[in-house]
Amino acid sequence: MVGIVIVSHSRKIAEGIQELAEQVAASSGRILAAGGLEDGEIGTDAVRISDAIRAADDGDGVAVLADLGSGIMSAETAVELLDGEGIDVRLADAPVVEGAIAAAVEAACGSGIAEVIRAAEEARFVSKNIETGGRP
Amino acid sequence: MCARVYDCLKCIGERIIENREFLTDLDREIGDADHGVNMARGYAAVIEKVPRDNPDIGAVLKKTGMTLLSTVGGASGPLYGTAYMEAAKALAGKESLTKEDFGKALELAVAGVGKRGKSVRGEKTMLDALIPALDAYNRKIAEGGSLADGLDCACAAAKEGVEHTKSIAATKGRASYLGERSIGHQDPGATSAMITLEAIRDFIRE
Ligand SMILES: Nc1ncnc2c1ncn2[C@@H]1O[C@H](COP(=O)(O)OP(=O)(O)OP(=O)(O)O)[C@@H](O)[C@H]1O
Ligand SMILES: [Mg+2]
Repeated sequence: MVGIVIVSHSRKIAEGIQELAEQVAASSGRILAAGGLEDGEIGTDAVRISDAIRAADDGDGVAVLADLGSGIMSAETAVELLDGEGIDVRLADAPVVEGAIAAAVEAACGSGIAEVIRAAEEARFVSKNIETGGRP
Repeated sequence: MCARVYDCLKCIGERIIENREFLTDLDREIGDADHGVNMARGYAAVIEKVPRDNPDIGAVLKKTGMTLLSTVGGASGPLYGTAYMEAAKALAGKESLTKEDFGKALELAVAGVGKRGKSVRGEKTMLDALIPALDAYNRKIAEGGSLADGLDCACAAAKEGVEHTKSIAATKGRASYLGERSIGHQDPGATSAMITLEAIRDFIRE
């Protein structure tokens, strides 16, 4: 199964999204949270993120969902730190909550990394307008 | 500057730690009031974790970069972390440093920041101190100046660059949320970059 790593400045946010995503992906163990710094402070840590990516990979690749600002820069740095390890890791250009849930559903269905990333990225078009059924 | 690279990093770290409140106050105006806290935390870890007596300058700078990546927490973590790791590439295996080596390392460091931040000069970031500093350094060296002369010019240019950040709006980083409202404020990252260069200059001069 494609692994998923959730990056946020806040450990609680990353773990909360992991919990939500695991519900839809039946606790596959392939969804990991890499939020905050090692000591729990607010921030992002490229080394922690790269460790999570390594742990999330079972050979099918890993999709990374990150929040704002340095979340993205640290995730990109983490991907570079893994250079040469042969992990197919890709960053989704997606909102972190909606994207993670969509990615988890797709991954749990057995889709490949490209489809998982696409599902995450399409999540940005999901409207919050309940009357229109959530589609724009 | 041979085998004293740890001492130089310690000087930078101490200078950053001394300026913790100042940098944080600057970030309070146009960011999220953590730049000084982030940088001080990162350099405290560098002072603690980087080996004191490894003569390989490249290896020491690489460890410095990795340490900043994982302890700073904010955007300045991957930015300065990448800068040190890129500089390390120019200095791998070197146990002493010429003015040309320093120029090459600074060039790679500055390019690393731009690549990591997908940013260029004029966006009210640390690059507004670093790019003019690199240019001034290279100009002085081309004229036959010494490492210390080059660093003097780099620091003067960085200072002007920091001043200039007051007159422009941010288009990268958290301050970009403020847009035009960021005009009038000095960029915290440009300021920490200037402090870093000044600490290196003072270390080399002494
Ligand atoms: N894309 C970028 N390119 C170059 N420098 C940047 C970029 N984004 C931010 N910076 C620099 O980083 C400084 C802010 O660093 P700081 O440690 O406060 O990060 P932050 O903005 O709080 O990070 P976060 O995204 O985690 O909130 C800015 O003053 C600016 O000089
Ligand atoms: Mg900040």
